Amino acid sequence: MTEKIGVYVCHCGSNIAGVVTVAEVSQWAGEELASEGVVISRDYKFMCSSLGQELIQKDIQEMGLTRVVVAACSPHLHEATFRTACKNAGLNPYLCELVSIREQDSWVHTDKEAATQKAKAIISGGVARVAHHESLEPLRVPIHPDTLVVGGGIAGIQAALEIADAGFHVYLVEKEPSIGGHMAQFDKTFPTLDCSACILTPKMVQVGSHPNITLLTWSEVTKVDGYVGSFAVTINKKARYVNTDTCTGCGICWEKCPKKVRDEVFEVGLGNRKAVYTPFPQAVPKYPVIDAPNCTYFIKGTCKACEKFCPTGAINFEQKDEEITIPVGNIILATGYDLFDAKRIPQYGYGRLENVFTSLEFERLSNAAGPTGGNIVLRDGKTVPKAVAIVHCVGSRDQNYNPYCSSICCMQSLKFAHLVHERTGAEVYNFYIDIRTPSKGYEEFYNRLLEEGTNFVRGKVAEISSVARVPEEQGKLVIQVEDTLIGKQRRIPVDMVILSTGIQARHDAKEVAKMFGISCSADNWYIERHPKLDPIATMTDGIYIAGCVQGPKDIPASVAQGAAAAARVLGKIQQKEISLEPVRATVNQEQCSGCRICNDLCPFNAILFHEETMVSEVNPALCQGCGTCVAGCPAGAISGTGFSNDQILSQINGLLLLRITDQEYA
Amino acid sequence: MTNGNFEPVIIGFTCNWCSYRAADMAGTARMKYAPNVRLIRLMCSGRLDPTFIFKAFAGGADAVLISGCHPGDCHYIDQNYKALRRFHLMKRVLTQMGMEPGRLKLLWASAAEGALFASEINKFVEEVRQLGPLNWQVPGEAVSIPTQKTQVEVTA
Repeated sequence: MTEKIGVYVCHCGSNIAGVVTVAEVSQWAGEELASEGVVISRDYKFMCSSLGQELIQKDIQEMGLTRVVVAACSPHLHEATFRTACKNAGLNPYLCELVSIREQDSWVHTDKEAATQKAKAIISGGVARVAHHESLEPLRVPIHPDTLVVGGGIAGIQAALEIADAGFHVYLVEKEPSIGGHMAQFDKTFPTLDCSACILTPKMVQVGSHPNITLLTWSEVTKVDGYVGSFAVTINKKARYVNTDTCTGCGICWEKCPKKVRDEVFEVGLGNRKAVYTPFPQAVPKYPVIDAPNCTYFIKGTCKACEKFCPTGAINFEQKDEEITIPVGNIILATGYDLFDAKRIPQYGYGRLENVFTSLEFERLSNAAGPTGGNIVLRDGKTVPKAVAIVHCVGSRDQNYNPYCSSICCMQSLKFAHLVHERTGAEVYNFYIDIRTPSKGYEEFYNRLLEEGTNFVRGKVAEISSVARVPEEQGKLVIQVEDTLIGKQRRIPVDMVILSTGIQARHDAKEVAKMFGISCSADNWYIERHPKLDPIATMTDGIYIAGCVQGPKDIPASVAQGAAAAARVLGKIQQKEISLEPVRATVNQEQCSGCRICNDLCPFNAILFHEETMVSEVNPALCQGCGTCVAGCPAGAISGTGFSNDQILSQINGLLLLRITDQEYA
Repeated sequence: MTNGNFEPVIIGFTCNWCSYRAADMAGTARMKYAPNVRLIRLMCSGRLDPTFIFKAFAGGADAVLISGCHPGDCHYIDQNYKALRRFHLMKRVLTQMGMEPGRLKLLWASAAEGALFASEINKFVEEVRQLGPLNWQVPGEAVSIPTQKTQVEVTA
């Protein structure tokens, strides 16, 4: 063995040392693995600290180490730290191997002896592997300065504006005819009660007129190719049937359109729109779209009222969907959330009992620009309720539906209670499990509600029914609930029920995640790179997340995350180029038999076959490093950098060292 | 040696994007599982060369775990299907060599499924414990053909 290997075992405070006898492991490695090339083995309290790193660097320089194995946490956490340390000491960073004895050992095992044995085996595997490492140089690829933001809600708007203001180009894609997202549907925002439209629409206008933003509404991403720095994104621009170059947004078309359609998206079914429409008056862009499945012309072949009256001749029934492909360097996903479907809880009667509303319906009901002009009335459109029940945690914190807390519903319910109280003077009951008001100014808002005289009943609502048992309940909705503070069953008759429905991941979150090559949690929220230290990036380089795609959050948090994602993207753009892991496959042309098995295995079409020489070659720009071709080559002609056969086979041997030398098995 | 104090050693192949992260997640959440599995990180389960499995068994492993992304979730589009094919092939080959097919396990685990990863490992360790140590032939000795299982008579 010609390599001089140094082994460094980390205590990680008591995280590793509490279960694994670190000193013993380190001593064992120094003695038993000396035959494998280990010349020094040390343990230290925190290897990742600057003192720990200096320890390694000193040994590299003074002892002339040619390989380093660090036994500490997961490589996904500190691989970069130790590689950089080695690099700074003059050792090629890829000659350092970080093996995990924390996540895979001390944190998951309780038997100290077994955990210590396992740590030895893991280090032995690392030592055997690292001997076969090669000096590598990271691949450097240029970063395209343009960015794609998917989703035009408040998080996406914030991200797009930050990047555009910094002087870089942004494509903002939104599937609805206008940007604004859910925030555009709200009336007031908690806890300050400022008007949602008043703070959102100026930002929307900024997006619409920004020279650095290409706004693509009524469009959807259909395909994503490439990798960080050079993605090629295909976007389907759905036919608007309105020529945006000539349309002035005057609104005559939707005035003249004879076809009324129930607006299931923006007005959540409470109001109507025309077949040619913008979702709301302040829509950005101002151009309407024609809803073809509902348009009389598209159904019957006659009408064309909009075309007849359009002063600029902007209506074009011949328009077709258009596919464009744009190059971008980074992508921010801010696709938001769906509302929990309250019909899934039949005992709450939504969809069956007329005056049971969802939270989004109430938002529209209380919105001055909404279908009732902001009057809080029952579904008949005129009766003002005298008693209103607000049910918290509908679909959230419930093992039968979503186990998580939707985080916004408590404050949203308090806001509803305040609005009902203020506008109707009705008696308001809040049915809650726990009140959660953990942000700035939220607890103060809760106290304000308590003082306003809202009734708070602690208990999960069992049933909402219209069946009266006593004369007072006649014609009312009756809330059946156990008041857990007084320990009694109660029946409370009300006129209106607002279900504070929770939020959940978009119904198509999984498919979208797949398209962008990122992963979802069990609840279909997108998984961040690190739950605490990197809630903005994803496991896939160049793809960032902002807003509710990552998990339920309120407006301030969405805005903060949008801005943070923008900052991360700007940081990347400023670097101009990025280094990629040099994990790539290469074909040894001397050994290649030209069988072409690998050609079909590659999902990225990265393997070319040279007809003249009858051998295959891997295009390193397209290769993603999965290694399937390496495993599939019958001639063993393909080698995978960073994960070569030698490295893995030696690691297997190393991991099994303790079994092989085990007397019982000898 | 009796099965009572037999501690199997299992080599586990994990995918960098899902099951390795599931193992990390199990660690971060301090979920406890049996210490018998020693993991190797690959970039993709598609990298799994059948040689690796032979090597693990030859080196003294009592069982081998292959884990990757759920079908349809592969970071490299569909390479986990190639791992699936190789898994079925290997299972047949190993059976023909006289090995219990239960010594090779395939587990789909996403990055979010730390709990599943931990519980499946516990289950697998228990199954292998029941199978007992792998009595791989000593090199050089003639390979004995495993005796046919007694045929169970089936009445028509």
